[in-house]
Amino acid sequence: MGCAAPVIPPPTGRGRARVPGPRERAGDAFFRRALAVAASLILLVALALAWQLASASRQTWTSLGPAFLWRTGWNPVDDSFGALPFLYGTAVTSALAMLIALPLGVGSAIFLTELAPRRAAQALSFAVELLAAVPSVILGLMGVFLLVPAVRAVEPPLSRALGFLPLFRGAPYGVGLLSAGLILAVMILPYITAISREVLLTVPRPLKEGMHALGATRWEVVRGVCLPYARTGIAGAAFLALGRALGETMAVTMVIGNAPTISASLFSPAYTMSAVIANELAEAAGDAHLSALIAVGLTLFALTVVINGLARLLIYRLENRS
Amino acid sequence: MNPIMNQDPAAPSSTPAPAPPPRAAAKPVALSVRDLRAGYAGGAAVLKGVSLDISERRVTAIIGPSGCGKSTLIRCLNRLHEALPGAFCDGQIMLGGRSVLDWDPVLLRREVGMVFQRPNPFPTMNIFDNVAAGLTLNGERDRAKIAERVESSLRRAALWDEVKDKLKSPGTGLSGGQQQRLCIARALAVEPRVLLMDEPCSALDPVATARIEELLLEIKETLTVVIVTHNMQQAARVSEYTAFMLSGELVEFGPTQGLFTKPADKRTEDYVTGRFG
Repeated sequence: MGCAAPVIPPPTGRGRARVPGPRERAGDAFFRRALAVAASLILLVALALAWQLASASRQTWTSLGPAFLWRTGWNPVDDSFGALPFLYGTAVTSALAMLIALPLGVGSAIFLTELAPRRAAQALSFAVELLAAVPSVILGLMGVFLLVPAVRAVEPPLSRALGFLPLFRGAPYGVGLLSAGLILAVMILPYITAISREVLLTVPRPLKEGMHALGATRWEVVRGVCLPYARTGIAGAAFLALGRALGETMAVTMVIGNAPTISASLFSPAYTMSAVIANELAEAAGDAHLSALIAVGLTLFALTVVINGLARLLIYRLENRS
Repeated sequence: MNPIMNQDPAAPSSTPAPAPPPRAAAKPVALSVRDLRAGYAGGAAVLKGVSLDISERRVTAIIGPSGCGKSTLIRCLNRLHEALPGAFCDGQIMLGGRSVLDWDPVLLRREVGMVFQRPNPFPTMNIFDNVAAGLTLNGERDRAKIAERVESSLRRAALWDEVKDKLKSPGTGLSGGQQQRLCIARALAVEPRVLLMDEPCSALDPVATARIEELLLEIKETLTVVIVTHNMQQAARVSEYTAFMLSGELVEFGPTQGLFTKPADKRTEDYVTGRFG
């Protein structure tokens, strides 16, 4: 059985494939080198960036050392600097955003791929991608005019209901960690949804049918087959979204209240690393202030590098487990 | 009048008599199909009114050229066909005295198991969990009972001796033939009444195919098997009844030997003698 191997005619003088000449070979080599240069430029830029940030913030590191990272005071007038309030603000707003957006995003992706009628799924997917393209300053405006008043209205009842938790105590300013976390959630939601959707679309139909054929409900198929199969991609989506949440500047600056304080309450105004750089860099009078701001920048840069590294590690582990 | 129709508790007397099946089956009927039409919205019909009775605890083979609707037919039997976008399915399919359209599809599929063309073990589960998947879906929580059922299912699928020492390794690490037997074990573990097989050997080599055919002869002692195959020798080897389909219609249906040796229809004869298809 089996079919005969196709007969390849032996090369004859005239019909033979054209051999590339020396000029084409030189062009090939040039092309390869040009691409290698372009690719190494990426690495070079990243290294240059790190070096630039490190050298421009040397004054802060030599005067304060790593203690800069856990000092709380931030008062440019007395040349007193500490990055902890910004680290805290960035961490809490990003965590809040992930907490809200991850289940919503993955849930929407499951709806779009498994449950929604095809027409609706197409329209909604388009809308999700549109949402990803909204400039962050526009979302910030929406935050200032819609979200902040709404949060201000919601905070007192929330405080009455859940006030036994320190998270929900305090004066209802509107601006603060809660508003910033919510606006960030809106910003990263389309990323999580769009990428999770792409990943869930790659789950092979035979696998889903295999689960259906055993008498699984839709939810059981999603839980038993789709999510395990797509988990690597969903983890990737989550980390991409986290990276964006950590670095997002404009919309957060507009609604967080910009106060370098640390409070357990989600209602209280705070500050993030990117927000303080954006707000103060132009007005930084002294060298110490400038250097401290750049040190904050270096910290943010290092944080995103570490998060990305952890993401790689996690995805590598997930891939090898299956 | 077809005597089987009277015995069949599934056939309600009030419905207008649909076209009788081409041939009577000699055993109690497991599934009775009447005037089944199926296809996709906006496209040509894939099944144009198929009627046949599938005998209990027998192997029924469905043969025919590619695109004749044989896969669609069995995918209607466990209602997987209608899960595809735009698919429709009309007609009557009776299982145990009830129309399958009245069953909850989830419960129906626990009675009517399925093995697919390409082995599809769940890639994120190990061998044990693959077989146990249907049981845990059914709400079985007793570990000892699950372990027992996994072993008996793997034995029935003639795979136990090959995998008993590596139940915790991934199912996708097995050979193609082993994967397909794993999928058979997975389907058997739920203890279905009917097992549908959609060209289960088309992705396998002859040795693996022979093993699957052997185990088919064993499992038909306890359950009804409907096997779609494009391999006529396979149909002749494993089945008691054979249905020949062409362009969405059932051309001929009857005992396998008769269909292959004395086909009643010219088209069947042309197909089984290899003149087309």
